[in-house]
Amino acid sequence: MKNKAWRNDAAAKVTGRTRFTDDFKMPGLLHAVPVYADFVHARLIAIDTAAAAKSRGVVRVIASPDVPGSNRGGQILKDLPVLADDKIRSHGDVAAVVVAETRAQAIAAARRVHVRAEPLPEILDPEEALAPGAALIHEEHGTNLIHRHVIRRGDTTRGFAESAFVVEQEFRTPFVEHAYLEPEASLCRVRDDGVVEVRGSMQHPYSTRRFVAEFLGLPLARVEIIGTPMGGGFGGKDDTAALVCARTALAALLTGRPVKMTYAREWSMRESYKRHPYRLRYRLGVGADGRIRAVQCRIVADGGAYCSTSPWVTWRSTVQCCGPYVVPHVDGEVLSVYTNHVFTGAMRGFGSPQVNFAVEQLVEMAAEAAGLSGVEFRRRNMVRQGSATVTGQVLEGHAVSMSDVFERVLAESGYEAKLRRCSRGRGEDDYYGIGLAMSYRGVSLGAEGADFCAAVVSVQFDGSVLLEAGIHENGQGAESAMILLLAEELGVDRARIVYRRPSTSAVPDSGTTVASRATIMGGGAVSRAAAAVRLQMAGAVAADLGCRPEEVRFAGGRLTAPGGRDVGFDEAAQRLYRDQKYPYALGVFPAPRVDWDESCGQGRAYFTWVYGCQAVDLSVGRRSGRIRLLNAWAAHDVGRAVNRAMLLGQFYGGMAMGAGYGLFEEVAMTGGRLRSLNYDTYRIPRSIDLPDMTAIVLENRDPLSPSGAKSIGEPANEIMAPAIANAYFHATGRRRCQLPIGGEK
Amino acid sequence: MKTADPSTLVVNGRSLRIPAGDRRKNLLAYLREDLDLTGAKSGCGIGVCGTCTVLADNRPLRACRTLVAGVLGRRLTTIEGLAGPDGGLHPLQQAFIDCGAIQCGFCTPGMVLTAHAFLLKHPEPTRDEARRAISANLCRCTGYQQIIDAIMAAAPCYRKKE
Repeated sequence: MKNKAWRNDAAAKVTGRTRFTDDFKMPGLLHAVPVYADFVHARLIAIDTAAAAKSRGVVRVIASPDVPGSNRGGQILKDLPVLADDKIRSHGDVAAVVVAETRAQAIAAARRVHVRAEPLPEILDPEEALAPGAALIHEEHGTNLIHRHVIRRGDTTRGFAESAFVVEQEFRTPFVEHAYLEPEASLCRVRDDGVVEVRGSMQHPYSTRRFVAEFLGLPLARVEIIGTPMGGGFGGKDDTAALVCARTALAALLTGRPVKMTYAREWSMRESYKRHPYRLRYRLGVGADGRIRAVQCRIVADGGAYCSTSPWVTWRSTVQCCGPYVVPHVDGEVLSVYTNHVFTGAMRGFGSPQVNFAVEQLVEMAAEAAGLSGVEFRRRNMVRQGSATVTGQVLEGHAVSMSDVFERVLAESGYEAKLRRCSRGRGEDDYYGIGLAMSYRGVSLGAEGADFCAAVVSVQFDGSVLLEAGIHENGQGAESAMILLLAEELGVDRARIVYRRPSTSAVPDSGTTVASRATIMGGGAVSRAAAAVRLQMAGAVAADLGCRPEEVRFAGGRLTAPGGRDVGFDEAAQRLYRDQKYPYALGVFPAPRVDWDESCGQGRAYFTWVYGCQAVDLSVGRRSGRIRLLNAWAAHDVGRAVNRAMLLGQFYGGMAMGAGYGLFEEVAMTGGRLRSLNYDTYRIPRSIDLPDMTAIVLENRDPLSPSGAKSIGEPANEIMAPAIANAYFHATGRRRCQLPIGGEK
Repeated sequence: MKTADPSTLVVNGRSLRIPAGDRRKNLLAYLREDLDLTGAKSGCGIGVCGTCTVLADNRPLRACRTLVAGVLGRRLTTIEGLAGPDGGLHPLQQAFIDCGAIQCGFCTPGMVLTAHAFLLKHPEPTRDEARRAISANLCRCTGYQQIIDAIMAAAPCYRKKE
């Protein structure tokens, strides 16, 4: 094989030596399990723990009165009782925690915790929740509206007046489960230095630290989150994972012994937050010239029982509500609403998969109305270098490669020839169709909040290198990407570098490893730290080499002057130590400035953008209706491919998850109770559900990214569902405006 | 293929006498807790996801749905037993690394063992057969494509007789 893949943790993972949270043992370890109550909305009367406390092996039963700190957690609104206090607001609420000598004993005792509560009317429809006089889910919040974003640009009255064609359509998307293979787990102990040490399956160690510290009433410095290998996250190992850690930490604190809590799949699915279901109503006007004049939209997201990241998720939906198209007149609103469903939050895509599903079908409907092909319509309307987005951001300072990714997919897939072969509901055989979708995606957090990241590079006396960054390895290969970047920056072999799994006590708060920000933000911090270390090392040897420090080149494990005189990397490190200096630096990468006016939804929302296009062809059984994917193509401009095999893994994995979203994924619920509680009732794509996929990598280095790299994790995931919907339409002649498409008969 | 004594279990070549009290234990729990072989994972507990896969006489088995009593007298292979006695990686494991088939790694042990059992029986698979061979093992990260690449890349090693 020419290009062998590499990642630092591969050998341990392929031999089973990697220890995930549940794989750790400790002397004196206790086991904790959560207790749920069979209510969807109810006022709590009492939690009777006496019988459970007397059960065999039980050491402690914990309920909200035992909480030493604040029982209400949340990243934006602190509205989530870590242990039920006044009310039960969803079927996933945790009433108590049972701690016992063995897990089996804890499970047996959990059945003996009796929750008494007075049922309240269940509010399961966001529109009903918004109706005047609706019962309130959080009385203290005063309304069931979590947040409302608006976007106002130009004058839609004028825009629609100028339109020759108007299309209107409603779209719906379902609750979706992350379905990471490793359920939540946590292992906590109180160390002899008084620090509460937390391991767990989570992708946001710093947020977890805040949840744990607030819950226990401890300062941040007294809680240390130790990075631990995680079996998948996809945005889903944030709030719920932190809550599991917080409850486990309290159990350790109250019992004085180490405690492990490992979730069964059923608990994970019942309690963990989902991707938001959206109801999207769109109206789009097109001029006689085939150019979009106006878009009006009202989007309502079911936030479930707690706020979580709903305001941020729906903010991204707001910014990207018109897809990658130039629209002069926009009037939109995106609402997130409390209901008694299980809460919803971050999931790969973060508010984009829903709007893309709508917009990428809507533009094809508009094209048809205007008598144009979807291809031609997109060419006329897509953003290009210097275009203004619907939030008034001028796309400049980076390569706006929308057209490039689009044309590459058309060419590689043979799109237009295949489009002519589509069945459109005619013929005797199974139907055939091809479809595509495209997007632009704002990189990292944007104007959601403070966005910066830290990395520490420490060259040792012998020239070996320790790297530590505030980025979490979610499985995507973040550690490997940062090692490769550092090896390049220091001109040394990657084997010299050890990535030290970060502890929240060692690296400053670097935010969360979400928003496809690991490579661009973590890589940016690594580049900055490396630059500082290079200057230190060059400074120590420049005089000997007969050049200025900034002229020293780092390559091949040596520091070389323009004239050719050189010195080994390890020797340069030793020189510094002898001079009583450290080759050591903290690198910080603050995201470039963005700005936002929430009152009208206008501003420079993201500092850079990733452009992507995906196509898929499929067959539909004429009688069975069964959809079979035949081929899939994806082109994304990632800035720069840092670790090619891992990059391709993000392409394929993202497309696969998007295919599941398009075809069959949906969390089944009845009256607020989940019916999908395990992989037998929640279907994710299997190998045989997927075709061979083609990845097309475009690399336009981004000037605002120190490493040149941008993102791929979410871009790869956010447009497969509309591509499938468009292919389905070209196959059958029928529009599917509700996900999942394979779910309708 | 059976060991001589039905009260023993051979795990990764090591013969273990199983006391009566351990025979009613769940095999996955026994491997993970009693033997500290934590490569097999619990992803669903109902035998659907495949992360608990181990091999019994080179055939895939869902450890989460098996009692220790059910495998007495058989030869078990867990992921910890696939590498050579010198600790060197099995060619299939190397292929998983080289092809980028590993992301979070939670499904990897079960996936490798399932692929190993398949290749032992089918050393000249088509890509489609390889795809079908892992259809009962879930992976949420990779989209399976590089896993199938790895199976195809390792297949020649199985043709040369192990």
